[in-house]
Amino acid sequence: MSSIILPELRYAETHEWALAQDDGLVTVGITDHAQQLLGDLVFVELPEIGRVVSAAEGCAVVESVKAASDVNCPLNGIIVEVNELLADNPELINQDPYGEGWIFKLKATSTLDELLDAAAYEAIAIADDEDEDEDEDSGSLTHPRLV
Amino acid sequence: MAKRTPLYARHLALGAKLVDFGGWDMPLNYGSQLMEHHQVRTAAGLFDVSHMTLVDFPDPIATRALLRTLLANDVARLHPGKALYTCLLNEAGGVIDDLIVYDRDAAGYRLVLNAATRDKDLAWIAPIAERFGAAWRERDDLAMLAVQGPEALAKLAAILDPATLAKVNASRRFHAVEADNLFIARTGYTGEDGVEIMPPAELAPMLWDQLLAAGVTPCGLGARDTLRLEAGMNLYGSDMDETTTPLVSGLGWTVAWQPSDREFIGRAALERQRTAGIPQMLVGLVLEERGVLRSHQTVYDGDREIGLTTSGAFSPTLNRGIALARVAADASDRCQVEVRGKRLAALTVKPPFVSHPR
Repeated sequence: MSSIILPELRYAETHEWALAQDDGLVTVGITDHAQQLLGDLVFVELPEIGRVVSAAEGCAVVESVKAASDVNCPLNGIIVEVNELLADNPELINQDPYGEGWIFKLKATSTLDELLDAAAYEAIAIADDEDEDEDEDSGSLTHPRLV
Repeated sequence: MAKRTPLYARHLALGAKLVDFGGWDMPLNYGSQLMEHHQVRTAAGLFDVSHMTLVDFPDPIATRALLRTLLANDVARLHPGKALYTCLLNEAGGVIDDLIVYDRDAAGYRLVLNAATRDKDLAWIAPIAERFGAAWRERDDLAMLAVQGPEALAKLAAILDPATLAKVNASRRFHAVEADNLFIARTGYTGEDGVEIMPPAELAPMLWDQLLAAGVTPCGLGARDTLRLEAGMNLYGSDMDETTTPLVSGLGWTVAWQPSDREFIGRAALERQRTAGIPQMLVGLVLEERGVLRSHQTVYDGDREIGLTTSGAFSPTLNRGIALARVAADASDRCQVEVRGKRLAALTVKPPFVSHPR
């Protein structure tokens, strides 16, 4: 499974991306690798605007046909905007994870330098794929509630 | 090592996401579970269900007596070519498995059981079959393909000769046709029209290729699960198991109480439960707010905890969270389901969630 990793973004180990905008805000979403692992998304629980969040704190939830998964905030800061389109169109995250599928914007109080660059994140994504192959052999990827 | 169906190489070639299911390497999806689900509701989908356990009982007379003891539904209701859905119960009335039994006339009976329960099913059935002198053999030489959807029957022209196709078209739901080395049953697990075909394993890849060439969409176990849930069909191990009776699992309709002198295994326990009062019921839940329901979520009626969801999903057809839940028998038609610490409003409904005029 090959996924797109953009060089201009910074990443968290937990598969979120962050982009510093010209206006000083930071846009956050989940990576292409993450959306591929999750499968078709069917629901997104967005954070409240004004919420103060810390780095690595879960602040949104994406639910796919398979499972629910936390979206961690990669930085400390305050949520200032959320992608309302996701309420009716969660599939935007599958279709365009780095564009139309952004999840929230943050007024950050910590720096992006603490996050992974594209090369470091790619190493994590590749290791993840290899783990998944091993998991398939041992059967641990079994969806517990499947047919 | 996990078992593989005769179509394993096809799944790999199509880029399927594979998962372990009951000891089998099976396709979860071939890219998009949602797309596969919609194809079955609007056109036709193809499922490899060769992992299912097929058992033939060639002696019709000995087997009829056996099955009238073994099964909670009554094979006396069958006639040649007809199928019956039933539970296999233990003495306590708990469900060992659910299955479909086909009446094959002089050729006896065919049982289709779940894959994950194979070993315990056969271990349960074998000594009882021996007592009745009913020989049986597992048909692991057969594959099983399900073609499901409003266009399923039309697509069968790709694999059946005109005479066989005419017979299948003329057959009614829950009936089977045997022709051309194929067993073709008008059954399925999606709520749509369609067939389940049991060919010799070596024929399965060719049939698979021909059906795909005719435009049938390959579908994985993920779509199979959301389709069966929308259709209000139970999943063994989730919605019922050995600790629950059919009466608390929405399956009371599959228990044949008459004739009253038919002593099937589990009958006494079911009668005791019926007399004492059935404490719970399996209902459908439709989430009124945005969100997804999953299994094992707690169901409330105000402050009172009334039960647990047993299966849950996002319904692609309804665009809502849906679930089956086992709740107190006196539950009202409104409830709340706890999802990540929040109570979300849901309506109690009688499944199916999605049904089609036929």
